[in-house]
Amino acid sequence: MKFPRRNPVTTQRLADTYFSIMAVLVLFILLFILGFILVKGLPVLNSKFIFGLPREMGEAGGIFPTIVGTFLLPLVALVFAVPLGVGTAIYLTEYTRENRLTAIIRFGAECLAGIPSIIFGLFGFVLFVVVLKMGWSLLSGGLTLAVMILPTIIRTSEESIKAVPRHYREVAFSLGANKWQGITRVVLPSALPGIFTGVMLALGRSIGETAAVIFTAGSSLKMPASILDSVRTMSVHFYILAREGISLKNAYGTAALLVIIILVINTIAYYTMHKFLEKTHG
Amino acid sequence: MQNKQNGGMSSRGSPESWVRTRRVLCRSCVDFTWRAVCAAKETTKRYLMGFRYPKFPVLALFTALICLSLSSCGRNHAGKIILAGSTSVQPFAELWADAYTAKHPGVKITVQGGGSSSGIESALTGTSDIGTSSRELKPEEEFGAGEKVKLQKVPVAFDGIAVIVNVKSPLTNISKEQLRELFSGHTNRIDNRPLTVVTREEGSGTRTSFQESVMRLPDSKTTERISNSALVQDSNGAIREIVAEDPNAIGYISLGLVDKRVKTLSIDNIPPTVATVKNEKYKIVRRFLFVLKNRNNPLSEDFIKFCLSPEGQNLIAKKGLIKINDTQ
Amino acid sequence: MKRNVAGKVLLLIALSSIASLAAITFFIFKEGLPLIFKVGLVKFLTGREWSPSSGEFGILPMIFSSVWITLGALVIGVPTGISCAVFLAEIIGDKTRKILKPAIELLAGIPSVVYGFIGVVILVPFIRETFGGPGFSLLAGSIILGIMILPTIISISTDSLKAVPNSFREAAISMGATRWQTTIFVTLRAARTGILASVILGMGRAIGETMAVIMVAGNALNIPHSPLDPIRPLTSNIALEMGYATGDHQKALFATGIVLFVFIMILNVTATGVSRLGLKTESLSGGRVK
Repeated sequence: MKFPRRNPVTTQRLADTYFSIMAVLVLFILLFILGFILVKGLPVLNSKFIFGLPREMGEAGGIFPTIVGTFLLPLVALVFAVPLGVGTAIYLTEYTRENRLTAIIRFGAECLAGIPSIIFGLFGFVLFVVVLKMGWSLLSGGLTLAVMILPTIIRTSEESIKAVPRHYREVAFSLGANKWQGITRVVLPSALPGIFTGVMLALGRSIGETAAVIFTAGSSLKMPASILDSVRTMSVHFYILAREGISLKNAYGTAALLVIIILVINTIAYYTMHKFLEKTHG
Repeated sequence: MQNKQNGGMSSRGSPESWVRTRRVLCRSCVDFTWRAVCAAKETTKRYLMGFRYPKFPVLALFTALICLSLSSCGRNHAGKIILAGSTSVQPFAELWADAYTAKHPGVKITVQGGGSSSGIESALTGTSDIGTSSRELKPEEEFGAGEKVKLQKVPVAFDGIAVIVNVKSPLTNISKEQLRELFSGHTNRIDNRPLTVVTREEGSGTRTSFQESVMRLPDSKTTERISNSALVQDSNGAIREIVAEDPNAIGYISLGLVDKRVKTLSIDNIPPTVATVKNEKYKIVRRFLFVLKNRNNPLSEDFIKFCLSPEGQNLIAKKGLIKINDTQ
Repeated sequence: MKRNVAGKVLLLIALSSIASLAAITFFIFKEGLPLIFKVGLVKFLTGREWSPSSGEFGILPMIFSSVWITLGALVIGVPTGISCAVFLAEIIGDKTRKILKPAIELLAGIPSVVYGFIGVVILVPFIRETFGGPGFSLLAGSIILGIMILPTIISISTDSLKAVPNSFREAAISMGATRWQTTIFVTLRAARTGILASVILGMGRAIGETMAVIMVAGNALNIPHSPLDPIRPLTSNIALEMGYATGDHQKALFATGIVLFVFIMILNVTATGVSRLGLKTESLSGGRVK
């Protein structure tokens, strides 16, 4: 029996439906995960939880030290990574042409970006915690995170600096500025929103980081009093609470707060990137 | 900056030219840094002015960070103890730490996990003041590698290891032989029920103690290995979670961590309780140890004294551990 | 003069990325290589027994596990991801895409421990009750990893698809192709290097993911014989035993790290090579301006 020729309109509709279903599936899964955490965790959030100190290893009380840790650790990382990253980007765009050296530097950054976080954890543990005797501390964790986010900052800074139109620099030179002044007073400020976006994105990534942090910053629940003190970040706290079954309720609360913070940071990043793109390309 | 053009390039090797070079370099460094700082200040100012976003949180965070770093200079080093090691010991060490700091507010005690082996090593390297371990030291660990340091060990508690199953499981008792057969993978059924075996990871003090007590063959020369197909989790709490959720799971955890969500099994009809551990009827027992490089740190010694005192020991006895002096 | 000083200083700073990479490589190799020589490279890679207490360090089961879980993640993530990318790039309009694409990328920011936890709470019991076995399995790990690499694949693939010039699509339609025929035979093919790059990137992320996998995969040491078997990939092994290991055991974990590192380096180089190769073939075949 001869089959009738497939109606192209039907196959078109089938194809459309298939792709739409896939997209809906993806959105559904991702939204479900987000929703699950928020639904179970938002009710737990109250000011006592957010600002209180943990008791019984996190079974009761609040999570304030972990919130402090979650902010301080990436901050320390940024203090190291931003100068290094932006400096590298400036060098790559302003001071050299594309040559062997720049290719090597870029290759280095690309490779760094691909290394799994557990290896950073290993490295940070051996170098910072043991050999350099910094112990489990904000400093060890911050330095390790700095190395992890360095490629992101280099990449985004480079793109932002490249996006600054050439005539900005030419105008600066024509007004008598030398190269360094041209960079710091004209190019960098214009590229700042893009750099800011990169910093925010890196921040978002490092806030959710667990594997590298556990091995380098430790898991102390006390408020850090100095940069050599161990801290526990929210993601580590969530991991410990959830796995040990110490308190599922508090785990959900921690996760919800963490996810909200990450979403806010990423949204800020996208918003500034949007505005920046409009400004330079509009 | 004009000096830079010809300074330092004259006769090499003569002391004055070296001093001059150094001075010039210093000046240019200072100049450079000053300009960098000015540029940074201006950029930040422009940034802060041009961007409408809440400045206070950022400034506050910055100040906080700086204060933190500065405060580390004025920190009193003598008032700090770092414990690190076994995850089994950790919750109880935290208890002791909290009680001790309640009595001595100037002291700061941090308790890290990481595992028994890591705790022992951290005591050796000085990364921690007191290492905690839930197993005995191996012969090669007694002496610091290469050093003539003998690690001091202080037993601080006894802990039973309880075999647990899901509350829905009909099992109540198991013989040591059956336990060994199960965990070594020779069988995966007891009373015709399939069981999923969960164990701690290699290097865990709890696992080592369990292996010593249970997996040792009766001729006592060899210990059977735990099966490769057993599920592995890296803490007692995680094992308790799995057993609590899976009706077919069986695992072992510290006696002090057993709660209503799991059921313990009697071994050869002896239930794991504080009483049976005390009178040594229940055999799967191990010691919690504090490990130190030397006994010279007065603060650590004071803390250990507290842990071994009746008050300290009562604290952990309430949580299911056995006091160190209760068995002979 | 000033510019030279600034330039030299910046050069030093720029070398920091290389310096960090070198430092990491150096430390990992320094700790792990002696053990590989002690045990023998072949024996290390093909040994079936991982039993540090008896001095046996064979990582073959873990290599298999890593390979299988990555393949599983790709099987789940790639078709879904590319299809979703097609949807975003070809089927919906610009305005909707401006909302949906960032939404998906935002969701990429969810920490891996959260994914892992949801896997434990929802996926594992489901697998246990529907298919049997402990639930902690290769299947659970693959599904969770597949979901985790979705945003990466979708984001980059959508960008690649969008980058295909409209003239390609118009040419195809002018020859009578329907929209979906255009998409599959023309646009996807044109964007294939970008899509391939996104897949390789996703693969890299899957191989390197640790926390979520530890929570759902079961961590048993066997070579998996079925998707329901619990498995332990290379990353999990390092994370599980790192805290507890000393001496040779610790060095063996670093050696595992070396193997992982080498895998990923090979992936990275392949990815860069593939994208460069793609550029070359495209410039060879008619000088399309990239």
